[in-house]
Amino acid sequence: MGPGANGQAPIVVVRDVHKSFGDVHALAGVSLEIERGTVLGLLGPNGAGKTTLVRVLTTLLDPDDGSATVAGYDVRRERTRVRPLIGLAGQSAAIDDTLTGRENLEMVANLYHMGRALAASRAGELLARFDLLEAADRAARTYSGGMRRRLDLAASLVADPEVLFLDEPTTGLDPQARLELWTVIRELVATGTTVLLTTQYLEEADQLADEIVVIDHGRIIAQGTAADLKARSGGEHLTVRVSDLAALEQVREVLEAEGDGPPTVDDATGTVSVAVSNGPARLAGVVRRLDEAAVAIADIGLRQPTLDEVFLSLTGHRAEGEPAGTLTGAG
Amino acid sequence: MVVSMEALRVEARYAPGDILQLWKRNMLAYRRQPDLLVFSTIQPVMFVLLFAYVFGGAIQTGPVDYIDFLLPGILAQSVLFGSTQTGVGLAVDVTSGMIDRYRTLPMARSAVVAGRILADTTRNVFVVGLMLGVGFLIGFRYHGTVAGAIAMPFVAVLFGQTFCWISAAIGTSVRRAETAQVASFVWLFPLVFVSSVFVPVETMPDWLKVVAENSPVTHTVNAMRGLALGTDFWEPLLKALGWMAGIMAVFVPLAVWRYRSIQ
Repeated sequence: MGPGANGQAPIVVVRDVHKSFGDVHALAGVSLEIERGTVLGLLGPNGAGKTTLVRVLTTLLDPDDGSATVAGYDVRRERTRVRPLIGLAGQSAAIDDTLTGRENLEMVANLYHMGRALAASRAGELLARFDLLEAADRAARTYSGGMRRRLDLAASLVADPEVLFLDEPTTGLDPQARLELWTVIRELVATGTTVLLTTQYLEEADQLADEIVVIDHGRIIAQGTAADLKARSGGEHLTVRVSDLAALEQVREVLEAEGDGPPTVDDATGTVSVAVSNGPARLAGVVRRLDEAAVAIADIGLRQPTLDEVFLSLTGHRAEGEPAGTLTGAG
Repeated sequence: MVVSMEALRVEARYAPGDILQLWKRNMLAYRRQPDLLVFSTIQPVMFVLLFAYVFGGAIQTGPVDYIDFLLPGILAQSVLFGSTQTGVGLAVDVTSGMIDRYRTLPMARSAVVAGRILADTTRNVFVVGLMLGVGFLIGFRYHGTVAGAIAMPFVAVLFGQTFCWISAAIGTSVRRAETAQVASFVWLFPLVFVSSVFVPVETMPDWLKVVAENSPVTHTVNAMRGLALGTDFWEPLLKALGWMAGIMAVFVPLAVWRYRSIQ
């Protein structure tokens, strides 16, 4: 393998990996590299192949074709070398509900064969770091959703892995718990851990990842920084909502004049939205013109394109729900 | 699946310690879920009492008291029903994602299934002891040698352990705990009742008697009765051990293979 941008070999190398389940090609030739100490965000809708790739890289699933290495070790032929170097926090928190938080972490530490004293001190350290000390000796079934994810994340970090795999770490969490988890992940990255993070949220990838790989139907369809991807999907969107639906047409005309493309009008919610570059200046212009036209604005704002909009522009189909006829035999 | 020499080395080095870790985990779970323990103890005790007092008078067992006839049988029945918990527990681990965590750890592959079975066997030792105690209270007595009295419950525990492997193969093949439970009882019920557990097989119709006489349950129960009553036990014991060896030969590799192919 060749040296990466920073002169070191990439710590994760995936070469043309294929994996099918019956007729469904979960991975149809995926290649990517992760540089040591960086965060790769794997972005895609449900069923895109994100989890399948994580399972291949964490030795849970053998690829049909292609190869993948972690720290130079082949994930299929050298599983026993790979496992001590990785940590996995999956979609559902893999913790034992009947054990306490501390017992869960000590068990994992013991299964890494750390020795009793080290296991106990490591568990205590992680409980403190993830703000679980108070609940440490309570059964995990009494934990909230956010606490369970934190415990799961702590368990994946017991052996100080070189590469951490986070499979949709915040799916199903409330906004507060999501923000807390983001903080935790940022702190981790600051200590030099390499992370592969899968997510359905562009915002999450934007917040946490150095590089984003967009995956759909088992293929990589785009790759770059968050800014690259947003630029490719028309950059920011300016959205205006009115309470008087009669004014929608006026708003549409204003946004057509100020925006970079044709605006989209949503009658149901009374919103009109358009892609813009140099958003703040355009926002001021739109406010001025609507004010002159005496249109009452219920809400106005700039926002990042959603995953749905990124997908629409990259693939021509929406992220949520599969368009008819492309689910089976895709790729 | 590629099985490397390296993987075998990990297995040999870490299996005993890792099995102990998983045993500890499952034993803690039993302690924390009293309902599980109550269910797995109350039910067998209830069976002893119901069969002894409700059916006891109606079932003819010749010169042997019904309680002396019943207790070895009901011990075997309890450990068999208890063995279903192995599959249920493993299915729960598969659905909850615990198995994924274990499979990404540098631990012995065999420990998850073996640790589970070791814990279920520990529970069986406890249940068998409790039932013997209840049996003594309501009139069960040993009539054979001391060695036979000690060996009898051991045969029951060994028998239960054997069926845990069948249950493990089921639990790692189905996706849900409820399915594992149903998939076990569907064949366990006829297997237990078409045997000498509750009644002498002589009264069954001929076609059923053939099945019952050759059942591993009948051989095991007859061996346990022989040991407890001081009658002949060698022949049924050897046949029972043969059955157990055969079941293990098929289901240990099957359970391990099913565990490895969970994806």
